[in-house]
Amino acid sequence: MTPRIRLAVPLLAAALLSAACGGGGGGNAAPASAQPGEKIKLTIGLFGDFGFKPLYEEYKKTHPNIEIVENVTQFNDHHNNLVKRLATNAGAGDVEAVEVGYISTFTAQPNKFTDLKQFGLDKRQSDYLDWKWQQGLSKDGGQLLGLGTDVGGLAMCYRKDLFKKAGLPTDRAEVAALWPTWEQYIETGKKFAAADVAGAKFTDSPGEIFRAMVNQAPIGLYDAQDTIIVGSNPDVKKAWDLSNQLTQEGLTAKLAAFSPPWNTGFAKGSFATIICPAWMTGFIQEQAKDATGKWDIATVPGGSGNSGGSHLMVPKQSKHPKEAAELIDFLTSKDNQAKVFKEEGTFPSIPALYDDPSIQNFTKPFFGDAPIGKIYSEAAKALKPQHLGPKEADVRVAIGNGLGRVEQGKQTPDEAWAQVLEDVKKIR
Amino acid sequence: MSTYPLAATRRRRRSVRHTLDLRVSPYAYVAPFFLLFCAFGLFPLVYTAWVSLHEWTLLSDTQEFVGLGNYSTLLADGYFWNATLNTLSIGVLSTVPQLLLAIWLAHLLNRRLRFQTLFRISLLLPNVTSVVAVVVIFSQLFGRDFGMINWVLSWFGAGAVDWAAGTATSHIALSVMIMWRWTGYNALIFLAAMQAVPRELYEAATLDGASNFRQLRSVTLPMIRPTIIFVVIVSTIGAMQIIAEPLLFGQSTGSGGGTFATGGPDRQFQTLALYVYEQAFAGSTFDFGYASAASWLMFLAVVIVSGVNFLITRRAKGGIV
Repeated sequence: MTPRIRLAVPLLAAALLSAACGGGGGGNAAPASAQPGEKIKLTIGLFGDFGFKPLYEEYKKTHPNIEIVENVTQFNDHHNNLVKRLATNAGAGDVEAVEVGYISTFTAQPNKFTDLKQFGLDKRQSDYLDWKWQQGLSKDGGQLLGLGTDVGGLAMCYRKDLFKKAGLPTDRAEVAALWPTWEQYIETGKKFAAADVAGAKFTDSPGEIFRAMVNQAPIGLYDAQDTIIVGSNPDVKKAWDLSNQLTQEGLTAKLAAFSPPWNTGFAKGSFATIICPAWMTGFIQEQAKDATGKWDIATVPGGSGNSGGSHLMVPKQSKHPKEAAELIDFLTSKDNQAKVFKEEGTFPSIPALYDDPSIQNFTKPFFGDAPIGKIYSEAAKALKPQHLGPKEADVRVAIGNGLGRVEQGKQTPDEAWAQVLEDVKKIR
Repeated sequence: MSTYPLAATRRRRRSVRHTLDLRVSPYAYVAPFFLLFCAFGLFPLVYTAWVSLHEWTLLSDTQEFVGLGNYSTLLADGYFWNATLNTLSIGVLSTVPQLLLAIWLAHLLNRRLRFQTLFRISLLLPNVTSVVAVVVIFSQLFGRDFGMINWVLSWFGAGAVDWAAGTATSHIALSVMIMWRWTGYNALIFLAAMQAVPRELYEAATLDGASNFRQLRSVTLPMIRPTIIFVVIVSTIGAMQIIAEPLLFGQSTGSGGGTFATGGPDRQFQTLALYVYEQAFAGSTFDFGYASAASWLMFLAVVIVSGVNFLITRRAKGGIV
C-alpha cells in the first residue's frame, strides 16, 4: 500500500450548506424493495483494504443483479465523512464499516441506521463472540445496528535479523519468554539498546503500546456508566507510565503509527518490535515488502487484549437496505471471515473458527511460517472484553498527544499527564 | 394626421421599454452572481451564526439554544488563542519574505530576456500543483530521519532537526511550503503592474546613473504601490485561512497516536482554520456549535484585518502619482 493521501475537506461553509440543503433528500424515502431482476448497485465504504474483493466476485455469481462498488478512504477520513453524510442524510454508502473506537459513537444514534433485525440478521447471534455482538447493538440493546467483521487479538511482531544482531534470542518461544510482563519487555528493550544496532530502535512509538496496555485492563478509559475515568483508573496511569518509560529509555524510533515516516521505517527496518493485532500482520506485509522471513510473531506482554476490529452497518439512507443486509450477512459469514483472515490477516469474530484446523494450522511464509492462526486464536480466546465509551476516539487523541509531547521532549511525563487530564475534562 | 397618435403611443411604449431596459437589465446581468452569493456566501454565513448560538452536535438531532455560551467558552479556551498566534506567526513568516521575493522575481523578469514567456509561465507552475502533492513532497524533504534538508544540513555539521516537533521549525517548514506555492503567482501580478510603468522613467533613471537596485526602489516600487497593497491584502486573507498545509503536514509527522488535526501533539502548528476543522470534523465530538462560533470569530478577524488594509489602501492611493 502506498502512503495514501488524505484529502482535506476544509470548507466548513460548504459542509454547512449541504447540511442545510441535503436535509430533505433521500432520508425520508421509504426503503423500496427491489423488483426481481432489477440491477442494483451497492456501495460499501471501507477504510483500508478489508480483503473483500474476491468475495464480491463470488457474491456476484449467486446475485447477478447486484453490482458492488467499494469506496476506500483513510481511517480518520472514513469515520469523519460518515458522520457528515449521516448528518446531511446524503452520500453514505449502503454498507459502511465502523472501527471499534467509533462504534459507540454510531450505535448511540440508532435512528441513523437500519435495524438489521428486520432482515433477520439476529439469527447470527450464536455465531459471534458475545462481546463483539453486544458492541453492534444500540445502547438500549433493542436494535441490531452492526455485524462484526474481525477482532484484534494482540501479539508482538519482531524482526529476527535485528534481534540476532542485538544478541537476543530469535526463536518465537524464547522471545515470548523474554517478556511475560511489560516491565520485562522494557528490560529486553534496554538490552537491545545496549547492543546499539545501527539505525534501529526497539519499537516504533509508545502510542499503540499504550493502547494495547489499556485494552488489556478489565476497565479502560470509560466505566460502565460511560463516565471518563482516565484520571482515576490506576491501569490507565500504569500504561501511561510504562509507555513514557519506553520513550525516556530511548527505546522508541519516534515514528507514529500510520504516518508516512512510519511506513518508511518498515522499509528501512527502523524498529525491531511492533504491537501486532491480527490486522497489523497484513499491514506489515504490505509495508515491508522486502523483508520476507525477517518478521516473526511472539506473544504480547501482559496477556491478551483487543485492539481494533470493525463492524459493518447499513445507514438508514440506503435505498436498498434489504440487499445491503444480505451482503453484510454474506461478508461476515463464518466461511468468509476465515477466508479474509488467511488473505488479509484480520482475525475472525466467530469463535467456532478458533479451533478449526484450517485456522489453527494456518501459517504465513512472510512471518517465517509462524503459526499465525494458533497465536491469534489463543489471543482471542484469552481476551476479556472491555466497555468502550462514546468519545473513545477523542480521549485517545488527548492521551496520544500527551505521549507525543513527552516523545518530542516538550514536557515531562508529569506535565504532559496534567495537560491530558485537562484536555480530557473538556471532552463532552 | 391620423397615424400621429399611434406613432406617439408606439414611441412612448418604446421609450418605456427603453427606460425599463436601462433600469432593470443591469440588475438582471448581475443577478446570477448575487443569487450564487446568497446561496453559497450569505446563507452559510448566517446559518453558521445561527448554529454558533446552539449546543449543536453533528450527529444528534436535538439542538439546545445556549446564546453566546460557545463564544465565552471559546474566548477562555487556550487552544483557540494558541491557534490564533500560530496563524499570525505562520502568516507573517510566509507572507513577508514571499512578497519581497515576488517583487524581486518580477523585477528580474521585467527586463528583456530570452524565453521570456517560458520563464513567466514557469513562475505559475507551483501554483497549479496540487497542494496535497506539495505538502507530501515537502514533508519528505523536511523529514527528520531521511529528509533531504536535514541531509544537506548535515554537511555543515548541523544535527538532525525534527522540523515538525519544534514550534519555530514547524512554522518555518510550513511557511516554505506556502511560499513555494504562492510566490510565483504574486510575482506575476507584480510583473503585470510593472509592465504598466512608463519606460521613460527607467530611461531617465539610467541616464541619471541609477543602479538596478536603485531603479527598483525609487521608480518601480512607488509606481506599483496600489498593486502591492492589493497583493498584501489578498495574501493576508489567504494567510488567515491556512489549513491544508498544517493538516497534511501533521499527517506526515504524526504524534504518539494523536490525530492529525491538532497540528502536532503540542498543537505547535495548529492554525485557526485547522482548529475549526478539529472541533467540527475530527475525533468523535463533532461539536458544530463550538466550531461555528470559532469560524465566526475567525471571520471577524479577517474582516478587521482587511478593513485596516483597506484604510491603508485609500491613504496610499492619495499619496501616489
